[in-house]
Amino acid sequence: MAAGTAGPAGLKDATAIVGIGQTPFAKRLPEDERTLACRAVLAALDDAGIAPGEVDALASYTMEETDEVELAKACGFGDLTFFSKVGFGGGGSCATVAHLAAAVATGQASVGVAWRSRKRGSGARPWTDTTVQLPTPAQWTRPYGLLRPVDEIAMLARRYMHEYGATRDHLFNVALACRNRANQNPAAIMYDRPLTREMYMTSRWISEPLCLFDNCLETDGALACVVISAERARDCRRTPVYVHSAAQSLPAQHHGMVNYWNDDPLTGPAWTAARHLWKHSDLAPEDVDVAQIYDAFTPLVLLSLEGFGFCGRGEGGAFTEGGALEIGGPLPVNTGGGGLSEAYVHGFNLINEGVKQLRGTSTAQVPGASACLVTAGEGVPTSALLLRS
Amino acid sequence: MLRPVTDADGAPFWEYAARGELRVQACAGCGEPRFPPRPCCPHCQSFEAEWRLVPGTGRVWSYVVPHPPLLPDYAELAPYNVVVVELDKAPRIRLVGNLVAGPGEPLGSLPADRLRIGARVRVVFDDGLPRWVLERS
Ligand SMILES: [Zn+2]
Repeated sequence: MAAGTAGPAGLKDATAIVGIGQTPFAKRLPEDERTLACRAVLAALDDAGIAPGEVDALASYTMEETDEVELAKACGFGDLTFFSKVGFGGGGSCATVAHLAAAVATGQASVGVAWRSRKRGSGARPWTDTTVQLPTPAQWTRPYGLLRPVDEIAMLARRYMHEYGATRDHLFNVALACRNRANQNPAAIMYDRPLTREMYMTSRWISEPLCLFDNCLETDGALACVVISAERARDCRRTPVYVHSAAQSLPAQHHGMVNYWNDDPLTGPAWTAARHLWKHSDLAPEDVDVAQIYDAFTPLVLLSLEGFGFCGRGEGGAFTEGGALEIGGPLPVNTGGGGLSEAYVHGFNLINEGVKQLRGTSTAQVPGASACLVTAGEGVPTSALLLRS
Repeated sequence: MLRPVTDADGAPFWEYAARGELRVQACAGCGEPRFPPRPCCPHCQSFEAEWRLVPGTGRVWSYVVPHPPLLPDYAELAPYNVVVVELDKAPRIRLVGNLVAGPGEPLGSLPADRLRIGARVRVVFDDGLPRWVLERS
């Protein structure tokens, strides 16, 4: 590599997450989204031991309602020199950290905060707003009653089950692993509500072949994290969690959750993200101790297990057998409970849980965990992080 | 029920559908069909397009059966099926639609046990919307 150029090693371990914060999670919280955003961000800065006045970079989702001006003026940030928002709902979660890492690594900023605040529990379901839901490509789907994200993903799930012999028991394995971890996490919405196979198999359908327990929660809550240079991170009060590798992904001819219109609809953005993530990493899938895999719907986890290389094509269902996703299995996932059972805040809780694992402070700690994969929404243009301690 | 909210790229599909014709956008340069319609060809970048008549037959590629909560008009008809149909001779053109018991029949009119992946279907038109019926019923 020529001196002075930012090559493929430019991001590797150059930055670290040094603070995390979150509000309580609930079906309904009394405070508004802006207040919740401020609370999560200030909690993350307090955790990092960094004053709000030092913040000079922000990153969030395009769906985030609290904008940079509102957050900066309320929290008392300094002069901002980098701010970025990532599209495609939960597909942007890991990219918020990736953008901050790039900004800090290239000298555009020195203290970055990523956040997501959402009242999805007490607020309206987005798909009920047909004025928003009817631009292209909705003309090709909504009139026929394919109305909700769950319907769009269920279509891919049915085809996946047909092609590869995956079963509802495989989907249950995903839901159960998340619920079991939530049962260990007092902050999780489903902390005191165990799940059984009987409950799963007899629950109501939402969109066949997906039932109630294949769907994420509807949650009010906010989370944030703080990204700074690796050099400064070594002086922080918390164990630095390094951003080892990061990727965004919008595959060629990908169509979002209605990915029905290309040669191979059952390989989605996870595959592209994974190729980039591993290419720029010193680690391989077998080095990952624990994974936080975006779980708006259970079948997304099966697709992601394949896409990120934990198993072969079509083997995502079989991979979940024998407690593989549980603590003690080859790949414990969603150790805070995930979107299915901790909280659904567009995947930001998966980022913070990854940090907790590598600090050794998770409520379902994987002993000696030193590498954690965090993924964003599969089925939409996505992103991923490989974190290490 | 929701009507298609069209845009400049999609409008011709619906104009043809209103006349009972199933046509898809195809590149006038290299001939590749594409769906959904868009301003230019991802293969050769030509902006010249034609609307090609396609056989209104295909196979069920996948299907779902939505249950409430749904928009009120749809909740009334639930559970109903939504299918993706892979068109004969144009395997990448997969159209979302409904498999109904017969022409003019409503969503949910086909018994759920008649649904299966791979079933042969043909198009019928209902109020400007393509719908699908089983080839052998
Ligand atoms: Zn062309």
